[in-house]
Order: sequence, then structure tokens, then C-alpha cells
Amino acid sequence: MDFDDTQEEAAFRVKVRDFLANNAEAKASAKRNAGTGWNKDEALAAARTWQAKKFDGGFAGLTMPTEYDGQGLSPIMQVIYSQEEGNYVVPRGVYEIGLGMCIPTMFAYATEEQKQRYAKPALRGEEIWCQLFSEPAGGSDLAGLRTRAERDGDADDADWIINGQKIWTSGAQFSDYAILVTRSDFDVPKHKGLTFFFLSMKSPGVEVRPIKQVSGASNFNEVYFTDVRIPDSQRLGAVGEGWKVSLTTLMNERFAVGIAPAPDFEEIFDLVRETELEDGPALDNAMVRDRLADWYVRQQGLKNAHFRTMTALSRGGTPGPESSINKVVSATKYQDISFFGMEMQEMAGVITDPDIAAMDGLFQTGALSSPGYRIAGGTDEILRNIIAERVLGLPQDVRLDKEGAFRDLPTGRD
Amino acid sequence: MNFEFNDDQRMLRDQARRFLLDKSPPEVVRETLETEQPYDKDLWRQFGEMGWLGAAIPEAYGGSGLGHLELCVLAEELGRALAPTPFASSIYLGAEALMVAGSEEQKQGYLPDIATGEAIWCLALSEGPRPATEANIAASVSNGKLSGEKLPVADGDIANRAIVVAKDGGAAGLYIVDLNGAGVERTTVETMDPTRSQARLVFTDAPAEKLGDEGWPLLERIQDRAAVLIAFEQVGGAETALDMAKEYALGRFAFGRPIAGYQAIKHRLADMYIQIELARSNSYYGAWALSTDAAELPVAAATARVSATEAYHFASKENIQIHGGMGFTWEFNCHLYYRRARHLALVLGSQRRWKDRLIRALERRNAA
Repeated sequence: MDFDDTQEEAAFRVKVRDFLANNAEAKASAKRNAGTGWNKDEALAAARTWQAKKFDGGFAGLTMPTEYDGQGLSPIMQVIYSQEEGNYVVPRGVYEIGLGMCIPTMFAYATEEQKQRYAKPALRGEEIWCQLFSEPAGGSDLAGLRTRAERDGDADDADWIINGQKIWTSGAQFSDYAILVTRSDFDVPKHKGLTFFFLSMKSPGVEVRPIKQVSGASNFNEVYFTDVRIPDSQRLGAVGEGWKVSLTTLMNERFAVGIAPAPDFEEIFDLVRETELEDGPALDNAMVRDRLADWYVRQQGLKNAHFRTMTALSRGGTPGPESSINKVVSATKYQDISFFGMEMQEMAGVITDPDIAAMDGLFQTGALSSPGYRIAGGTDEILRNIIAERVLGLPQDVRLDKEGAFRDLPTGRD
Repeated sequence: MNFEFNDDQRMLRDQARRFLLDKSPPEVVRETLETEQPYDKDLWRQFGEMGWLGAAIPEAYGGSGLGHLELCVLAEELGRALAPTPFASSIYLGAEALMVAGSEEQKQGYLPDIATGEAIWCLALSEGPRPATEANIAASVSNGKLSGEKLPVADGDIANRAIVVAKDGGAAGLYIVDLNGAGVERTTVETMDPTRSQARLVFTDAPAEKLGDEGWPLLERIQDRAAVLIAFEQVGGAETALDMAKEYALGRFAFGRPIAGYQAIKHRLADMYIQIELARSNSYYGAWALSTDAAELPVAAATARVSATEAYHFASKENIQIHGGMGFTWEFNCHLYYRRARHLALVLGSQRRWKDRLIRALERRNAA
């Protein structure tokens, strides 16, 4: 056992470090940026500039095929890049969905011409993509979606007219293109009536409205479709096979879903070390030490599990559904640590004013942001289902939605 | 990045698993559980013959000189099979203590018999239901004679020699005592896990031989090493409990279908898996620290121990729960893992103490 890179990995790491040192600002501390506020114009401009730099430096699309301007490298190189980039202050949150989920879906289903047209501008950061999946009627049960796609005429290649609503779309407000899953047939069983497209977000009839979250921030949107026209050439996969295409996208999401942000063990340990309780330093309190130990072993467990995944990747494997444990463990830890940090500040723990609250209100921000982490990208419950079914091989739930026409399924209380 | 056991180590694991499935299945473990027999002598002899006992003991001292990673691999399988032997006492604690602190003469004199299994060693630390801190140690040594009472001592009733923690004046030290010699009285005590033997040892001017000069810090170093190895046993046991629960849930039908299809059961099994993955990953880090003698060992060992104790605790109790009423019967094997989980959770000191020890190690690392 060792933590050494192979020769090839070490050489790549040197290149990455060199690139980052010359192009980005090193982090002053280990504290991670929660990535809020990226709908501001400057932040978006900074993200575009950074993505272009990555492209020019040969670090965009690391695992994508070289014929579409990717780097054609193995997943371990992506992990190495991310590790190194984590030490720098760089804009995040604008390109992850497009490059992590949308473009890979395009690679699997778009025509050669379309791949040539769309891959490079996405990699250079000139065009931003978002993913139009969740709906008010379909979140965890994505296939319950009801956004309607109808042919405009009887021709085999007739355009499609889209009407309906999507929700929880990250980055829709600044995206140029999107992938979209719709229902094209209400008379067949649920999973058989879906059809998948990509479209321009500038299409007439597309309206984006921000969602104000518990935290007050707006990282997500609702997207409304009113008679939006999509050419049949922008269909991905066959008519009625949209579910299969969606699974390709979601498979990529699993790799993209990361670990919850700070506060983590380091931050709560710092706070505890500067906190005095009624009977002395908080760090001497047995209950406090007990909680700290719990969080440390969870944090390290994920870190060490990641080393095992890296080892598998380094030997040519692919990450499997076992990476689902990352978010289940870290999102709950994030929430618990946030609450405990407030607890340490006693009655003043309720204060969110960053000029008064410890660590600029990091724990209060965490308390208000963490509920979202337990839901986005697969809820705690869905991720446990994935572990139970795909890792442990347990049976699916009894389903009442597999047979019969979708339009006949119950949709709510009468 | 090479954070995985290598091909040879995995081959050893497969061999060990096959051997133990054959020689230490639950029916055989039950012979130790249900009779007066303190351990499986036949199994123990074969461990010696196969070189398992001496896996981490250098060839110069009669071992097979494989290494600590190999010992971790074996520990996981021993835990999986609930092997009713004094492996942990004699090897993780006894042999490790001699290798860490023994004089050349002590190593030459004692290790070869440990490697064959002819000699069994144990660690005598606890003095009853209170934390085994240096301040709490009452056993004493004067002019090379040791007196005091130790309770419980894992494998104290079957061991030839004990490493006894006792004070000569103010500070605690480690002393080797021949348990078949003068001034030693031993009685077996009933415990939660009869597949692992425990005893009360009473010393009255028993001749004692010093081991190392460091005293308490040495004891903690030895415990750190044992904690990593026992964490592997815990992971192996927890994984077996998960497998049992899963198989039962798949075969048990209620309300017209397998209970493995209900989310209340699925999510609990998923939680078992999550805890075991965290514990396994932390144990790997402990294995790395142990095998390389890294400065990180105190943090790595406590991390592995705390998460493995938690994982085995959770998996063994929820295994009973998922089995329902049958899980609460003597006939089903669930209680074997439940008992062993409790035994392993306490044999090196409580979870509370190890969590405290982890934070202490982190404080020290931070101060450095």
C-alpha cells in the first residue's frame, strides 16, 4: 500500500500544478467556497475566462474523446486534476452540469455533425448547458414527468411542440442550451412514453424564473415551456426511448455528485478550540469530544474510501454505485456540524450577521443550506435505494406504475 | 495511488476464507460456545502450522516474515469466521509487544514459541469495572515480584505468559509473568462471548520480568497496533452480519413478498453497508500506518477502531432485528456475532475512551 502516483500520473500532476500555479490564485486556507452567488455577471465572466484558460492549457474535457477536442484521458486523471484544483480559488458551478452530464449524453446520442458543432464551444466555455429533468410532478420519480411533446403534423420528421414546466434547473438563467426529457405519449406505460431532446434556451416560449430557497439564495430555477418548437433533428434517441437516454445522463450524475461543503470537521474543531463553556474550554467537554470523534471518523472514512476508488480507477476500473455513500454521509454530517456550531455559540447562535457570528456565519449558512444537499442529485432515500438495489442486489419496491396507460395513473388525492 | 491489498495478499485472503469456512463454520464455533472448552485447540495448531500466527514475525524469530498487511488480511477472515482462538491476545498484543519493546534475548526466547502456537500470551491490564488509566492501576512490582488483581484478562485462563501492567513506585510499566509459575492464581470468568475465554488473575509476589522502559506510552503503542488488527476482525464480522441479514431478508416472505423489498429493511441494510464501507476504508488507512510505522498511527488506529466498533455494533444488532423473532433464538447464529461485537468493542477499552483518545491524538497533531 502506498499513496504514490504511477509515473504517468505523477507527470500529469506536475503539468496540472504548473498550469494552476501560473493561472490561478492559491487558497489562503482549507475552507471551501460554497459557490453561492454565481448568477452575478462578474462571477459568470470569471467562470468563462477560467474555462477558456483550461481549454487552452489542455485541461478541459479531460476524459472526453480527442476527436471532439477533449483530452482522451482516463478518469484517474480527472481525479488528480480535481485534487489539485481544490487548492486554488477558481470559479465553480457553471460548467459542471454541461460538461459532466449534457455533453456526455450528446456523445452517446447526437449525430456526428452535432457533436462536432456543440462539443468544442462547451469545452471552451463559450456555450453553457443545463439539464431540464425534474418537474413538479417528477423529482425522485423522474419518469412521472408530464411536460408534453407533440408532433406538429404527421411527417416522420415533423417538428415537436413542447408545453409544460421543469423545476430545480441549476444555471437555467445563464444557459445557452439544454437537454430535455418530455412525455410524447400519454397512452402507453409511464417509462415507454418519453422522448429526449436538446434545444436552445433562447427558443421562443422558454421562460426562466428563479426559485428563492430557504437560505435566501437562488441557485435553481423553474423553466416554463409555451409552444416551444424543437426540430426533430434535435431529438436524442428514438421516440419513446427517452427513459433510456435519461439513464445515461443520470449515470454521469452519480460521478458528478460530490461531497457537501464546509463546515466540516476542520471548521467545527477550530470553533470548539476557541469556545469557552460554563465549565471550561469546550474541547475539554466529554460530550463535545464524542461528537467531534464521530464526525472525524466519517470524514476520514469518505476520504479513505475515495483513495480506494482512485486505486480502482488507476487500475482502469470505473466508479460504481458505491460512490452513492459520499452524499448520504457528507450531507447529514454537514447539517449536524452546522447545528452543533450554532449550539456552541449559545443564544447568539441564531445570529446570521457575518460581522457578529463566528467564522462569518459559516455554521448558520450551513444550517440553512444543508437541507438542500440531502435532496439535490438524489435524495438520501433514493441513494439508499440505489445502494440497496444496485450494490446489495435487493428487489425493487412493488410498483403500481409499470403497466397501463400513463394517463390513467393516479396523480394525487382526489 | 495503491490503496488496496496486492494480488498475493488477496490470494492469502481467499485461501484463509476457504480454510475457515471449512474448519471454523458456525457449528464448530458453537462447540466452544456451548461446552467448557476455552478455545479450539485443533484450529490453533493449524494456524501455527500454516504460518498464520507468525505472519508478521520475522523469520529470524521463527515467524514466516510476511508482514502486517498480511496479518490484517488474516484478521479480517478470523473476524468473519468468529474463529474461537486466542489469536488477538497472543499475536496482536503479545507478539506485537515483544517486537516493539522486547530485548534481543526476549525476542529470541519468546517469539518462536508464539509463532508455532506452542505458547499463548495475553495482556493483563484491566482491574475491574473502571477505566484502565495509569492512575487507576493498583497492581505493583517490588524487587521483581508482582502483586495485584487483573480482571478481566482475555485468554488469561489458557495463556502461558501474560504481559502485566503494574507500578514499580509511581509509574506504570510492562512486566512479563509466567502464568504457570509461582504466585499466580487464575479462574475463568463467565462473559458475554463464551467463544472467547476470559479470566481473573491474582498475583502474589509472582516473579516478573520487565518489558521495555517506556511504561504507559509503550502500552498505548501496543494498543494502537492491536486496534488496527482488531478493526479488521470487526469489519469481517460486520460484513458477515450484513450478508446474513441480506440473505434472510431475501428468503423471508411477509405480506406476500420478500421483506428485502420493503424500504424499512432496504434502507437499514444500506446503512449497514455504509458503516462497513467507512470502517473498512478507515481500517485500510490503519493498515497502511501499521505496516509503515507511520507517525500517523495513533490517529489512524483510533479512527479505524472507532468506526469499526460502530459498524460491528450496528450490523450485529440490526442483523437480529431483521431476522425478527428467529434472530433472538439460541438456534440462529445472529447472537454469535452480537456477542463477538460486544467482546471486541470492549476488549481494548470502551468506545468512549477511544473517541477521547482520537481527539487527544488530533490535539497533539495540531500542536506539533
